[in-house]
Amino acid sequence: MARYGMVIDTKRCVGCADCVVACQTENNVPEGFCRDWIVEALDGEYPDLRMEIRSERCNHCENAPCVRCCPTGASQITDGGIVLVEEAECTGCKACIASCPYDARFVHPEGYVDKCTFCYHRVKEGQDPACVAVCPTKCMHFGDLEDPHSEVSKLLRSRPNHALIPEAGTKPKIFYLT
Amino acid sequence: MQEYTITSGRNMAHIDPTLSIWGWEVPVYLYLGGLVAGVLFFSALYFIRGKADEMPTVVRVTPLLAPILLGLGLFTLFLDLEYKLHVFRFYTNIRLESPMSWGSWTLAAIFPLSLLWAAIHVGKVFPKWRWPFGWMDRMVAIAETYARPIAWSLIVYSVILGIYTGILLSAFNARPIWNTAILGPLFLASGLSTGLALNMLFSKEKNELHLLGKIDVMTIAVEVFLIIHMFMGFLASAEIHIQAAGLFLGGPFTASFWVFVVALGLLVPLLLELLELRGRIAATKIPALLVLAGGFFLRYIIVEAGQVSTWGL
Repeated sequence: MARYGMVIDTKRCVGCADCVVACQTENNVPEGFCRDWIVEALDGEYPDLRMEIRSERCNHCENAPCVRCCPTGASQITDGGIVLVEEAECTGCKACIASCPYDARFVHPEGYVDKCTFCYHRVKEGQDPACVAVCPTKCMHFGDLEDPHSEVSKLLRSRPNHALIPEAGTKPKIFYLT
Repeated sequence: MQEYTITSGRNMAHIDPTLSIWGWEVPVYLYLGGLVAGVLFFSALYFIRGKADEMPTVVRVTPLLAPILLGLGLFTLFLDLEYKLHVFRFYTNIRLESPMSWGSWTLAAIFPLSLLWAAIHVGKVFPKWRWPFGWMDRMVAIAETYARPIAWSLIVYSVILGIYTGILLSAFNARPIWNTAILGPLFLASGLSTGLALNMLFSKEKNELHLLGKIDVMTIAVEVFLIIHMFMGFLASAEIHIQAAGLFLGGPFTASFWVFVVALGLLVPLLLELLELRGRIAATKIPALLVLAGGFFLRYIIVEAGQVSTWGL
């Protein structure tokens, strides 16, 4: 069974937000909302400053609190460990939004909760998610973390990397190369 | 120094800059749920102990309000849902991992039970009460023969109802100020205390009021202990919990929490009740009103603070 994850090279990312626009277009995300976003994290003291530019989204956690707290089973982990929301089962109670340490979820204007799907419809066809496919610097990589020969696994072995808030214990599956 | 800026995307409604997904509806429900849990718990308890005649308010009068208050709470909960047509989805699944699922099934049991319980007592409180249909008379007569098992199940379900509202919030690891196991017992104690306070508002019997005051003093003392214990726990925990406690210790919720919840909602009524019990001051409805208001502020402030409290990035 595949275990999909993403590896993003912060040394290559320029923060152009193409991934944000591609996602909104591909997934018909309503105006005023987004499933991914760009962060500039600045660390250190002048003049010794270090900046990391990150494309962030749902981490498709292995120990997903949003799936655990969902009272109807609308939030679920599907093939490849992708966390999805089944619109027809969602009541819009917002427990999953409260449970996400990454604030990756929002209420779609139609009432159900929406978030990044890793472009499940594309992944099923063997394609990369839209954000990865359009990245002009090719800093984003998508693949099977379980397969030692996949590009993502090789990158994680060869470069220092970190995930976001691993101490929350959710086992996130998006990694940032530094 | 660390600086975190979102340069593209986000700034979404109710998510940024801090979460604001739950407004007044959820705290009102949590409050009414706790209050009804308290009312039903003591009513069933003293019914089983055969004190219906000595404690008429506790056993028979306030339980008449329970289904109305619980119904109001359920209505505000419904108002909070973003996909109201899908409300039935709570009842197409049982999810043991989800406190909210526990809650929805508990409500499905305790709401009809509270209606039956009120139906059993309404004729005793209002002797002229007549049911409009014959089948209602027969149903109430059957319920009366099962009054004790109903009372026992009310005790179990009211404790679950009172405690789950706290567990619901404490299960959210993403919001450190909620993420403490104390919240369940604290909300239960507060629910019992507000239930007693509602009884104190309606009771006219001196002995009943005296006993209610005595139990309320104990539940308030337990609440104060749990609040102190909660902050000790936070301050002895990891950085993220120390920061969360800071919201109440110098942070934006300091004044509202310590003034409206701890001072006016707990310590002042505790002092007044103690003085009343010792006969130093005349008995009034003031402590009961303060406890009722404090219980609401507790839920409201905790729900607000949780949405501000994050792991930070």
